[in-house]
Amino acid sequence: MKNNFSRISSKQALSMLKSADLLELGRDADEIRKKLHPEGIVTFVVDRNINYTNVCINKCRFCAFHRDENDPDAYILDEETLFEKIKETIELGGTQILLQGGLHPGLGLAYYVRLLQSIKDKFRINIHGFSPPEICYIADSSDITITEALRILRKAGLDSVPGGGAEILSDRVRDILSPKKIKSSRWLEVMEKAHRLGMRTTATMMFGSIETPEDIIEHLDAIRKLQDKTGGFTAFIPWSFQPGNTELAQKNRSLPTGQAGAEEQKVKKTNVHKNMITSELPSFRASELHPATAVDYLKVLALSRIYLDNIDNIQASWVTQGLKMAQVALRFGANDFGSTMIEENVVASAGVSYKVTKDEIIQSISSACFCPAQRDTYYNILKQYK
Amino acid sequence: MLNKIKNKVMSGKRLTEADALELFKSDDIFTLGTLASYIAEKKNGKKAYFIRNRHINPTNICVNRCKFCAFSRSRGQEGAFELTIDEIMERLRKGQGTPPHPPLGKGGRRGGKTPYSSLLTPHDFSEVHIVGGLHPEWPFSHYLEIISAIKKEFPELHIKAFTAVEIDYMSKISSLSIYDTLLTLKKSGLCSMPGGGAEILSLDIRNRLCPEKISGERWLEIMQTAHNAGIRTNATMLYGHIEDHTHRVDHLMKLRELQDKTGGFQAFIPLAYHPKNTDIKGSYTSGIDDLKTIAISRLVLDNFDHIKAYWIMLGEKISQLALKFGADDIDGTIIEEKITHSAGGLTGEQLTAEQLVHLIRKAGKIPVERDSFYRPIKVYR
Repeated sequence: MKNNFSRISSKQALSMLKSADLLELGRDADEIRKKLHPEGIVTFVVDRNINYTNVCINKCRFCAFHRDENDPDAYILDEETLFEKIKETIELGGTQILLQGGLHPGLGLAYYVRLLQSIKDKFRINIHGFSPPEICYIADSSDITITEALRILRKAGLDSVPGGGAEILSDRVRDILSPKKIKSSRWLEVMEKAHRLGMRTTATMMFGSIETPEDIIEHLDAIRKLQDKTGGFTAFIPWSFQPGNTELAQKNRSLPTGQAGAEEQKVKKTNVHKNMITSELPSFRASELHPATAVDYLKVLALSRIYLDNIDNIQASWVTQGLKMAQVALRFGANDFGSTMIEENVVASAGVSYKVTKDEIIQSISSACFCPAQRDTYYNILKQYK
Repeated sequence: MLNKIKNKVMSGKRLTEADALELFKSDDIFTLGTLASYIAEKKNGKKAYFIRNRHINPTNICVNRCKFCAFSRSRGQEGAFELTIDEIMERLRKGQGTPPHPPLGKGGRRGGKTPYSSLLTPHDFSEVHIVGGLHPEWPFSHYLEIISAIKKEFPELHIKAFTAVEIDYMSKISSLSIYDTLLTLKKSGLCSMPGGGAEILSLDIRNRLCPEKISGERWLEIMQTAHNAGIRTNATMLYGHIEDHTHRVDHLMKLRELQDKTGGFQAFIPLAYHPKNTDIKGSYTSGIDDLKTIAISRLVLDNFDHIKAYWIMLGEKISQLALKFGADDIDGTIIEEKITHSAGGLTGEQLTAEQLVHLIRKAGKIPVERDSFYRPIKVYR
C-alpha cells in the first residue's frame, strides 16, 4: 500500500480493519492524504443544520431526535423562524444550509417545493438538503420516480444532497437498526440518480453500533463502486454512533460509552421510552453493541482514506469526537473539518454537544499544524487563514 | 529523519537533550508512537494499568495565585470552600460514584430503586488522592488530623497526599525541616505523594507563570527528601501554556537526573494545560501535541517505570490513544474532580472500572487494576 495508489481489495481491507496496527494504518492514510492534499490545507464550511421537523415515521433505534406527530415537543419549523435562522447564517459568513428533517406523515411534495422556493426567493445560499430517505419518501408519497422527485426539487432550489441515512449499507444491519428506513440499494440509487442529474452529494457511514468489520467493508465497497461509476461524491464522512437517549443504548445501560457517556449524564433525558417500539423489531443481544472508542474511530477513518481512493475528501467528525480527536484525525486520513455547525440538533439530542465557534475551529486546525481555509459546498476555497 | 534516534532507542541507549528536542520538532507521530510503544512494552509488556481511586480537595483557599489556575480562591470569595474533617470522612464513607460491579437487573438494566451511592464502601476505591490550596489559617496539625482520621477509620486505604508545594508550606508553618515534616505526615498515615506543583521547572517560566510558588529547585529538593524518607512520589509537567519545547526538555532532563539518584518516582504524568477561567487564557493543547508529549516522555525518561495518561486532563479518547503512544496507565475512577474542571475540563468527573477496562481492551492492551505501588489487584484477561 505504502507510497502508491494501487487499489486494495475488500479482502485486504477486511484483514487490515481486523488486525492491522493503528499506527501502521495511520501512517498509510497520512501518506495518501499528503499526496491528495500536498498543500497542507484543512477546510471547513460555515453552515447551519436546519431541521424542518422532528416528526418521523421511521423511528430508527440509534436516533434520539425523532418524535411522534402528537408528542408535545414535536414541531414543524415555521417560515419566520426558518428565515431568521438563514439570515443569521449569512450574517455569520455562512454559505450553506444543511436542510434535513424527519419523514413527517403530513408533509407532501408541495411542502418541500414551497420550502425550497421560499428560501431561494429570499436568500443566496446553497441548499444542501434532503438525505436519500427523505427523497424516497417524497417520491413515494407523490407516486413519482426518484429522478422526477430530484428534478422537481432541484428546480425548486435544491443544490446538493447530503449523505445521511446511509448508516451502514448492509441490509443485515439495517433490518435490525432501522427496519423502516430505505434499504442499501435505494440509498445508492438516490445517490446515483442525483449524480446523473449533475448534483453533487456526500456519503456518510455511522459505525460503532452492532455492525461487524465485514459490514463496514461492505459499506466502503458500495461507495467506492458507485463513485467509480459517477464520480459524484465530494466527500466521505465516517462518524460513530452516539448512544445517549437512544433506544439502542437502553438495551444495555451498562454500556461503556466513553466521552459520550460522561456527557450523557449532564443532558436532560428526553422521552426515549415513549418512542420505543421494541416489540415490532427483531431483537439482538446487548453484547453486540459496541460503541466506537477513539482507537476504533481512527482505524475506520484511516481505512476509509486508504480504501476510497476515488474520493477526494475525508471529513473528521468533531461533533461526535471532540476537537482534540478531530485534530488527531487530520493525521489519520482526514483533510476536512466539516461544518462549523452554527446549530446542530440531532447528535446533541443523543447527549453529545461539543459547541465550538468558527474561531475555535480555525485555531484547532492551526495548532494541529495545518492551514485552515473556509470552503464552499463543492470544496472550492473561499478564504484562507494564517 | 529520526533514524539516528531510532537506532539509539532500539539499542537501549539513553537519549540526549538534543535528541529530545529533535523529537519535539519532528512531525512523524507514527515513528514516535511506534518507538514509545516499543519501550512501554519492554517495561510493562501488554499491560495497561488503572486504579480505583477517589480525589479529595480539602480546600481551594490558597495564598498563591498561579496564573494557570482557575481553582484557587481567597477566603470569603465567592466559590471558596473548606471541608471539615467530618465532611471529608462523609465523602469517603459514601462516595458519589457508581459502584465497581453494580448488580445487573432484568434485561441488563441496573438495579431498581437502590441508589448507587448506598452500595459503596470506601473499599470500592483503594486509594484516596488529596491535594488542595495553601490555606492561610490551617495549622500543620490540621493536615495531620485529616490524615490520622482517615487512617483510623480506613486503615487499608492508601493515602496519597500533598504536593511538594503543600509540603513546603507545612514545613514553614510548623517550623520543621522538610524531612521532619514528611516523617511526621508519614507517621500519621501518609503513604505516598502525588507529583503536582512541578508545572515547568525552569525559573524563567515559573517567574511568569507562578511567581509565588516554590522554585523548581525546591520542588526537586522536596521530592528527593521524600524519596530519602521512603515516600514514593509521582512527577508531573504542566505543558501547553507559555513554555516552549526547550523548557519541556529541560524539565524531563531534571526529572531523569533526580530519578537516577533516588529511584523514588513511580510515574510521570504530563498534564495538558486548560485555558478557561485562568489569567493567561490561551488555548487548549492539540491532541497531536498531547500524544507527542506522552511518546517523548516515554522515550526520554528511561528510568521511569510508568507514564500515565491522566484522562481527566487529556479526555478519555486521547488517553486511550496515549496507550498506543507509550503510556501504560490511565489513572482511575476519580469520582470527583475540581481542579481541571475549574479551568474548563472537557470530561466527566468519573469513569467506572468497567469503562476503564473497555478503553484499555479496545486499545489492544491487557487491563490491570493496580494498587498504589503498581502491584496488580486484578488482571482482566
